[in-house]
Amino acid sequence: MYDFNTLYEPNTVEEALALKKAHPEALLLAGGSDILIKLREGKLAGCDLISIYMLDELRGVYIQDNGELIIRPLTSFTGITIHPLIKQHVPVLGDAVDQIGGPQIRNIGTIGGNICNGVTSADSATTLKAYDAILELSSADGVRNLPYAEFNLGPGKVDLKPEEILTAIRIPKESWDQTYGHYIKYAKRKAMDIATLGCSVNVKLTNDKKHIERLRIAFGVAAPTPIRAVTAEKAANGHAVDAKLLDIITANLEADVRPRTSWRASKEFRLHLVKELARRATVASIEKAGGKING
Amino acid sequence: MAKKAITCTVNGKKREYFIDVRESLLDMLRGNAGLDSVKHGCDVGECGACTVLIDGLPFNSCIYLAIWADGKEIMTLEGLSDVKGTISDIQQAFIDEGAVQCGFCTPGFIMSSIPIINKENPSTREEIRRQISGNLCRCTGYEKIVDAIEKTQKKRIGEKKK
Repeated sequence: MYDFNTLYEPNTVEEALALKKAHPEALLLAGGSDILIKLREGKLAGCDLISIYMLDELRGVYIQDNGELIIRPLTSFTGITIHPLIKQHVPVLGDAVDQIGGPQIRNIGTIGGNICNGVTSADSATTLKAYDAILELSSADGVRNLPYAEFNLGPGKVDLKPEEILTAIRIPKESWDQTYGHYIKYAKRKAMDIATLGCSVNVKLTNDKKHIERLRIAFGVAAPTPIRAVTAEKAANGHAVDAKLLDIITANLEADVRPRTSWRASKEFRLHLVKELARRATVASIEKAGGKING
Repeated sequence: MAKKAITCTVNGKKREYFIDVRESLLDMLRGNAGLDSVKHGCDVGECGACTVLIDGLPFNSCIYLAIWADGKEIMTLEGLSDVKGTISDIQQAFIDEGAVQCGFCTPGFIMSSIPIINKENPSTREEIRRQISGNLCRCTGYEKIVDAIEKTQKKRIGEKKK
């Protein structure tokens, strides 16, 4: 038996938004792989819940006529990984969420829950940050589209108003087109573990595959929230695809990351991982894009 | 507290349960349905002892609200044996390979292995390990569990080709 108070069960998104407006303090329950566990630990005892898990209209992946990819927030991690549109356009996102927990957790956990939880280690967050995702936040009063870059306010804190619900994650065509990415999760175990550090890189090369047209690097657990390494990105854009590129990237990473010491790893080790994982993920992304370092 | 009636298919039979909305699927399957193969382990989705199939996919029933099972198809270990109570090939393989010691984790492991033993092509041992990575066993050291799954999968693929 879970120790919650009232459970609201909306049948439509509209009902859910009305309930969220009437009960702003009630927590949204998606897959529950964070909230139900916190309830077991007694941390949320007596809370009110709005269960949106059964709302199938918030599940699925679609593509718009303009090429914009729409990911509905209740799509499970397994649902993301096996989806043909994800495999075709942003396979790196499928690879990243396939490293979360174990099979059972990937079947229940949702991508929306993963990012709304606001933790820095979220495996989907780094790749969505690296792809400049846009979040559609709905309330009974309307919809606002917020760049994911502005969503994380601090550890576990996100810019989701009490009456709002995340209703879509959008990746514009311009962001995934001709773009190839790679995610590396560094953890102590291959399953059922939280990232010590996560790095998601994606690259768009010029037509001749000799220069970087656009490089994007995002990290998880390198700062209190998932972040982009904008200084290194700026230094890399337009650069030739060669060994010097990797040195320029790694030399500029420290400007943006703020790793800390925790029981999982020291600050120094995390800093080492920041550079090494960015280097490896960049090489892998360039190869996926058809380029070759020193080629 | 609020109570609710839900209808779901459990081990092939349509059932109706009248449950407290605060119940987990684990509470419902053990308490209301009397299916004791579903083990009450960690209660937080770490150990996999409570694994059941929901619409064919493995889930930890301890972190799944019972009300979400409404309209779903649930399968527990009890659903693997036939009407006479004869156990299935995967259960027999766990016995034959010595994959059962204390036995507490066994139903969960077997339920997690169902999607993989039904595959068309043989899996590598690494793929089998990945499929059971959400289940913990403190006795066997896993090798014999992987042996039992590998053997059953090979046998089923062989039978399909006949």
